[in-house]
Amino acid sequence: MSSLNIPIYMDYSATTPVDERVAAKMAECLTKQGHFGNPASRSHPFGWAADELVEQSRDNVAKLLGANSKEIVWTSGATESDNLAIKGAARFNVKKGKHIVTLKTEHKAVLDTCRQLEREGFEVTYLDPLENGLLDLDVFKAALRDDTTVVSIMHVNNEIGVIQDLAAIGKITRERGIIFHVDAAQSPGKVAIDVEAMNVDLMSLCAHKVYGPKGIGALYVRRKPRIRLEAQIHGGGHERGMRSGTLATHQIVGMGEAFRIAHEEMDAENIRMGALRDRLWNGFSDMEEIYLNGDLEQRIPGNLNVSFNFVEGESLIMSMKDIAVSSGSACTSASLEPSYVLRAIGRNDELAHSSIRFTIGRFTTEEEIDFTIAKTREAVEKLRDLSPLWDMHNEGIDLASVVWASH
Amino acid sequence: MAYSDKVLDHYENPRNVGVLDKDDPNVGTGMVGAPACGDVMRLQIKINDDGIIEDAKFKTYGCGSAIASSSLVTEMVKGKTLDEVGEIRNKHIADELALPPVKIHCSVLAEDAIAAAIADIKAKRAARDGSEAVAS
Repeated sequence: MSSLNIPIYMDYSATTPVDERVAAKMAECLTKQGHFGNPASRSHPFGWAADELVEQSRDNVAKLLGANSKEIVWTSGATESDNLAIKGAARFNVKKGKHIVTLKTEHKAVLDTCRQLEREGFEVTYLDPLENGLLDLDVFKAALRDDTTVVSIMHVNNEIGVIQDLAAIGKITRERGIIFHVDAAQSPGKVAIDVEAMNVDLMSLCAHKVYGPKGIGALYVRRKPRIRLEAQIHGGGHERGMRSGTLATHQIVGMGEAFRIAHEEMDAENIRMGALRDRLWNGFSDMEEIYLNGDLEQRIPGNLNVSFNFVEGESLIMSMKDIAVSSGSACTSASLEPSYVLRAIGRNDELAHSSIRFTIGRFTTEEEIDFTIAKTREAVEKLRDLSPLWDMHNEGIDLASVVWASH
Repeated sequence: MAYSDKVLDHYENPRNVGVLDKDDPNVGTGMVGAPACGDVMRLQIKINDDGIIEDAKFKTYGCGSAIASSSLVTEMVKGKTLDEVGEIRNKHIADELALPPVKIHCSVLAEDAIAAAIADIKAKRAARDGSEAVAS
């Protein structure tokens, strides 16, 4: 156990550390000795050098998507990309229709953007996923209307890690001439992406989930057939007018390098992470009353979301203080509502309150997994000993039949 | 979220965890909260012939602050009469544990648990006194 660094990071879906190879490239773009020029400066070598690095990075990001580098627009991150894509496409196409279709388990960056459009007079359909977290294609087809202009469906869910069938969705939207936006913040380096085969029109990306820096992202904008957007940020006309603002060379270079590495190492990394995730799940599998949230097969290898029934998530996290994880419990959020994602896949409030999300990544070791298993089991055992609900369960009382004084 | 040292202390070393016989006429049981809301507290108090609380036990499903609040309450009630215990307000609990505003509801729940346990023991006594009156 001597090589264990405490606390252990098991929250790679929240963010990742910057890969040292990425940090090294970024550091070359900051100081007087480095490529500090403004990529928009066309009149001297400082600008030319920075521009070249930005374009190389654009190419690296495009390659991971199977896209052309001219289709990549730099942004500040996936949230901005979601805003630009959904607001930009919906507003540009307002004469064709004002209906948008999305999923209830989308990230708030998508849901809150849709809410804003509703306030502006757009109509949004929020679809329920199946119990495994996946979109029901028949339900989806039935929700599309003649005035539907934009569909926004995420690739990989941030809480439960399930992977939507983008190719099947894209086939439908392409046939209907509807713009297909994908929030892919969680998928690069974990699932293969091919915007051509998947018929994706717009795709939001960020660097910091892929061992790149925070504060940089991109939006893929299809050129054939051309997708047009209304810009959200106006200024110097950078990024073909879609997103003005001086390009942050060091951030962009970081994202480019991170995506290059992700593309190159994805296959080997996924095999390793899948084995670690299975080891973690096997370590819990003989425990009573535990529930895996989300489909096990259609899921990224680094995600394990488990509900430990009769134990509350926040207190569980408190007990697992040497391990950094997150929970769908309301007590870990400001809203006092348990995870809307777990509620949307049909989990009751109790199980949503009892959930822990373990996300493993590039630097996770087998030793860390074994430590996590031991600590988690210990914590669950301790808290179940404290739990009146566990007592009642053992006495054979059906908790659903009890009349609770809700507060 | 940062927890106060007192919350951490009660959470890591909870006092008086356990169960008393709920059918004992000298035991009052208060169970409050709901699993769907993320917290359920069960507080039990046992009074002696002088009407003094001689023992208290709890079990709680909930966040760290809920567990700490119930653990603290078991310490606060021991050695007191039912009337004295009825005076305990959530503010006393919240202040003692330095609960942040988002966790005040945990102390409210603990106050509710005390009230429910007192009510239970009073109801048992009333029933007993009532049946004795009928018998004589």
